[in-house]
Amino acid sequence: MARLAFFVIATLAVGSALGLVLKRNAIHGALFLVVNLGAVAALYLTLGAEFLAAAQVIVYAGAIMVLFVFAIMVLIPGKEETGPDPRRGWRLLALPAGALLAFQLLLVVRGLAAPAGPGVPAVPGGVEAIARVLFTRYLFPFELTSVLLLAAMVGVLLLARRRA
Amino acid sequence: MTVPESWYVALSAVLFAIGVTGVVVRRNPLVMFMSIELMLNAANLAFVAFGHRIGNADGQALVFFVMAVAAAEVAVGLAIIVTIFRLRRRLSVDDLSLMRW
Repeated sequence: MARLAFFVIATLAVGSALGLVLKRNAIHGALFLVVNLGAVAALYLTLGAEFLAAAQVIVYAGAIMVLFVFAIMVLIPGKEETGPDPRRGWRLLALPAGALLAFQLLLVVRGLAAPAGPGVPAVPGGVEAIARVLFTRYLFPFELTSVLLLAAMVGVLLLARRRA
Repeated sequence: MTVPESWYVALSAVLFAIGVTGVVVRRNPLVMFMSIELMLNAANLAFVAFGHRIGNADGQALVFFVMAVAAAEVAVGLAIIVTIFRLRRRLSVDDLSLMRW
């Protein structure tokens, strides 16, 4: 049952990722990416990471994708990939290269594969366990994150300012 | 039947490879950015799977940091793309050779 659920969600994730890469329209790509992020959030749930699943939906599918859709609408979609591709041959070469990369990564994973240990303790995925780790061992990186976000915010304001 | 963690890592490898292909194949910088998000997401999935295997919450804490960095990166990157579009009125990565000698 769990394996069936995994296969359904994994198919959804891979299919939507392929849709993002292969669809010409950027808005369709953004919607495919939302589906993919939702599928990965569902996988987090199956791994027992409830907090991350919620954060994934709120931060990625909520905030980041809204930003993407805004940018796509501001920048006139569909105008940038028209006309013949000057480097078509090279770009088509990327498809077998990507397939090769996937194959190699899968070989590595297969080398590492071990049967799921019977006694693997389930991670406490609630907010409590993550908060305990974040505010003890990772306290300094956690505080640095706020500095990073502030710097990004100031930088964006500087970049997006309309020059007179 | 429980799902082995290696299946999650394999799925993450496939998603990562699709993201790499997307960055190389597409000409629209916005779609390239979304492919980068796809790769970050695949790495997050691997982190959660490894954390589940080890049995502590460290992997999930790392995913938290990756999410924060991804949010900052997307904001700055989209601002740069909008600025470039304002300067040139076109949006193809093949035109952006300004910093190449």
